[in-house]
Amino acid sequence: MKFSERWLREWVDPAVDTDGLVAQLTGAGLEVDSAVPAAAALDGVVVAEVKAAEPHPDADRLRVCTVDDGGGELLTVVCGAPNVRAGARYPLARSGTRLPDGKKIRRSKIRGIESNGMLCSPIEIGLGEDADGILELAADAPIGMDLRVHLQLDDTVIDVDLTPNRGDCLGLAGIAREVGVLNRAPVTPPEVKPVEPTIPDVFPIHLEAPIDCPRYIGRIIRGIDPGAPTPVWMRERLRRSGVRSISAVVDVTNYVMLELGQPMHAFDLALLDREIRVRRACTDERLVLLDGTELRLDEGALVIADASRAVALAGIMGGEHSGVGDDTRDVLLECAWFHPRTVAVEARRRGLHTDASHRYERGVSTDLQRLATERATALLVAIAGGSPGPLNEAVDERTVPTPAVIRLRASRIERMIGEPVGETEVVDILERLGMSVQAESDAGNDGTAWTVTAPPFRSDVTIEADLIEELARVRGYDRVPEITPSGRLDVSPLPEGRLSVERVRDRLVERGYQEAITYSFVEPELQSTLFPDARSWPLGNPMSSEMSTMRVSTWPGLLGALRNNVNRQIERVRLFETGLVFFEEDGALRQVERIGGVVMGTVAPQQWGLGAAPADFFDVKADVEALLASGDGLAFAAESHPALQPGQSARVTRDGDPIGWIGGIHPAVVRDWRLPGPVFVFELDLDAVRASATPRHTPVSRYPAVRRDLALVVDEAVSAAAVQACIAQAGLAVLKKFEFFDVYRGEGIDSGRKSLALGLTFQDASRTLGDADVDTCIETIVGRLRDELGADLRG
Amino acid sequence: MQDIEQTIERALAEVSGAQSLPGLDEVRVRYLGRQGVLTEHLKGLGALPVADRPAAGKRINEAKVRLQDAVEARRGELEAAALDARLARDRVDVTLPGRGQRPGGLHPISRTLQRIESFFRGIGYAVEHGPEVEDDWHNFEALNIPPHHPARAMQDTFYFPGGMLLRTHTSNMQIRYMHEVAPPLRMIATGRVYRRDYDVTHSPMFHQVEGLMVGEDVSFAHLKGVLHGFLRAFFEKSDLEVRFRPSYFPFTEPSAEVDIRGESGWLEVLGSGMVHPQVLENCGIDSERYTGFAFGMGVERLAMLRYGVRDLRLFYENDLRFLEQFR
Repeated sequence: MKFSERWLREWVDPAVDTDGLVAQLTGAGLEVDSAVPAAAALDGVVVAEVKAAEPHPDADRLRVCTVDDGGGELLTVVCGAPNVRAGARYPLARSGTRLPDGKKIRRSKIRGIESNGMLCSPIEIGLGEDADGILELAADAPIGMDLRVHLQLDDTVIDVDLTPNRGDCLGLAGIAREVGVLNRAPVTPPEVKPVEPTIPDVFPIHLEAPIDCPRYIGRIIRGIDPGAPTPVWMRERLRRSGVRSISAVVDVTNYVMLELGQPMHAFDLALLDREIRVRRACTDERLVLLDGTELRLDEGALVIADASRAVALAGIMGGEHSGVGDDTRDVLLECAWFHPRTVAVEARRRGLHTDASHRYERGVSTDLQRLATERATALLVAIAGGSPGPLNEAVDERTVPTPAVIRLRASRIERMIGEPVGETEVVDILERLGMSVQAESDAGNDGTAWTVTAPPFRSDVTIEADLIEELARVRGYDRVPEITPSGRLDVSPLPEGRLSVERVRDRLVERGYQEAITYSFVEPELQSTLFPDARSWPLGNPMSSEMSTMRVSTWPGLLGALRNNVNRQIERVRLFETGLVFFEEDGALRQVERIGGVVMGTVAPQQWGLGAAPADFFDVKADVEALLASGDGLAFAAESHPALQPGQSARVTRDGDPIGWIGGIHPAVVRDWRLPGPVFVFELDLDAVRASATPRHTPVSRYPAVRRDLALVVDEAVSAAAVQACIAQAGLAVLKKFEFFDVYRGEGIDSGRKSLALGLTFQDASRTLGDADVDTCIETIVGRLRDELGADLRG
Repeated sequence: MQDIEQTIERALAEVSGAQSLPGLDEVRVRYLGRQGVLTEHLKGLGALPVADRPAAGKRINEAKVRLQDAVEARRGELEAAALDARLARDRVDVTLPGRGQRPGGLHPISRTLQRIESFFRGIGYAVEHGPEVEDDWHNFEALNIPPHHPARAMQDTFYFPGGMLLRTHTSNMQIRYMHEVAPPLRMIATGRVYRRDYDVTHSPMFHQVEGLMVGEDVSFAHLKGVLHGFLRAFFEKSDLEVRFRPSYFPFTEPSAEVDIRGESGWLEVLGSGMVHPQVLENCGIDSERYTGFAFGMGVERLAMLRYGVRDLRLFYENDLRFLEQFR
């Protein structure tokens, strides 16, 4: 809601300056977006009267005007505007004046006649976009008066960003009321007297959907002057509220809307057939709106119709057919109350948003329609003449919403705000806000209580909390004390079996990973390349095709981030991300938290003393093992995955349950993405990563340990895990530690076989092991490996 | 005994001439070893007249001690020289960088979230997370936002065919938490939220922190106390100017926007209010007995203010040159 400060001050004029006013409005919840000068700097433009306007002897379109600018001598001014006429008053830029667009007015000869200044159009003096003709001022505008003074151009346009609950402030009247309350200042609305009808004509109105529209007023005005110009004062107020001047009839309806907050509409009476019916649309009923939009309606829509067709979409926009035009002489003014939901539903469905729908959706006062009609009638008759008929109100009182009656307790005020509010202050604030307040004679246990009736313009006030907000708001939130709550100490469990996400993240950070955050929606084609079998969730209304389906994995996003960095000449990337992934399983959506990583380039940043070998599967596997180091039962099984390189992909399991994947990105994908090197990824269920075994101490043996190394030769197909399992199955209690310390292929080893170097550490808890004890163990182990895995000891 | 004097002089010369520990040892063995020159001299005492033996023996022993001392002294010198040589050889350029992995870093949004979570954990709030694909009830209806409420136009929603949606705020967690936990309760919920909007100041995905405190006497004054305290702590500025401004949210009443005073005026950082009684009732909580406050904040906004980031989109480009600034 944009409005002129001077206009506001005609209603209510508190002793605060513009900045103070802005601060007050914002402080009361009417957030001021901007407060800017109403007009550009303008100096040397005055009110002048054209005494005579004669045709230019050498130019058809020009007139030679004799102008009185109050300076004593009459001036000759050449003017090309079609609307210039003798006897009217216009802004005159005297010679020497610089206009807002930078143009300087000079005494000059135009087609042989000396012109002494320029008569100005609105656009030339920064008052709007209209360049069709010069700006006609009021007939009584004081000649010679500075235009800034005459048009009150020293004014501020205040733009208030209203929250959706404050429909009552979508008119100047509401803003004035607020300012009055905040300053305890009187508010004086312009006097509106009922207009006496001068003709008996009444247009019949039928309310056929009384819940959607319980009140509809129509008034005929016949014989207006279709060419009557809108007075400058009204044009200016409209302009300062951001509304363009169109014609007297339209300007008046817009003016009343801005002034009172009540949308209005005017029909060309000659184009209406017999009657107004406020009804539901018929299926497939057509309506062409004022802006040319053609609608095909259904029963969901509320329309204003005449006897033969729909003529307006109720509360949203009028129809093209019945709108007022350049030659409209007889009008029907419409002023109605439409249910907010009715308007909101249809406006949303149609994607229409108008000044009218904006106000109806937010709730227009239910008792404003008579006042607004009288106001509009008076203004229109004053500007364009015409004979008004009687005000014809169709109303179904049963369906006019009634204001809320609310019980307000002093004790509740104190509990909600945190401090008591004086009873006189409570009553004063609420009454100034237009509420009627009745103290309860016996409020029982509640102490003091009131019965408060909200005014019809505050449909947002329905419960006690609303009233408490009004009290806190008007008094100022800054007056509410700040109290740090105190409460019982929270005695909560301390689960050691679950790592914090912070710790999980820190493990990767310490291992050189940078955390990334990528969008949860991804490009479907890329995702299906990596996960052809996944059932992802596509968005119904995505922003763009690159963000149109929910990710089933962190990999698409991480690979995208990797590629962004590669495109910026970064060659070493280690990124990880935690977040939900989304997929369908057994017909239901699952949202699971995962942690994923992507690695490309050297293991550590390039530096002296370290090779520049790129990270491989085992470097990344070490990171995954580090992530999962707080639990047991971890295993990696060779398994293929569509996104991963065959032979370098593994499913990760814990205690046999699958918890994730690790591997190299498939070379075909690396190639298609034009990535410079091999890329490794992993992804794990975050819950599984966070699961942590609580450590259990076992005594450390005081006896010496014996280490033996074995070099085994096995077939390539024999995995390290198989060797380890075979040894574990021997069940040797004294075997304390087991490690692979080398894997060798090549000279001395048959092709198709490999040599594994094992380090075995033996120790007994209760005695020193002798060579013979250890020899027995080694024999057992070697025997098992030979029998079960075909392993030979390397000579 | 001219002989022994000459031997000693020669031996001492050889000791001082030894250039290495093995060389010195060789000299020592040659003179002092079991078959060394001096040992031979001692063995030769038996050939002297008995009267001469003590004097000769004494001279030999004195010579032996002298020589031993000289060997030890020389050993000390040589050892010191060897150590010096090793130290010189082992000298490193201590200004060369250390070797190995370099730590990465957290995303600035995570870092900001951790600070926020840490503050609220410290004053006894539970930290919750919840679903991002949400139903209409938890995201809208239960929060007093029926289908055609004007507030729905304020936040353009991503929908899935079938009616589910991407949550537009973390306020869904108010509903989920109050359904599960009976008051008194205190919690924050953090996470991703989604709105159809994309420019310098809007991202279709961003992060919020929702806060909720419900109890028998929780008031607007408490809301102010907690939020002002939080903002002071977050920005590490004890004199931070904070403004509470009336506003409107369908699920709080009274409602307040919270602004902080920045270099160029007031900046909106939080939305908050007293939980609407209907929202409490929607979650089965007696709104006569309990009151509460709720708040929601945009994490990106706080991170931008804290770290001087100007363009919201930087957070999602994951450019390492940006991310690595947050170590």
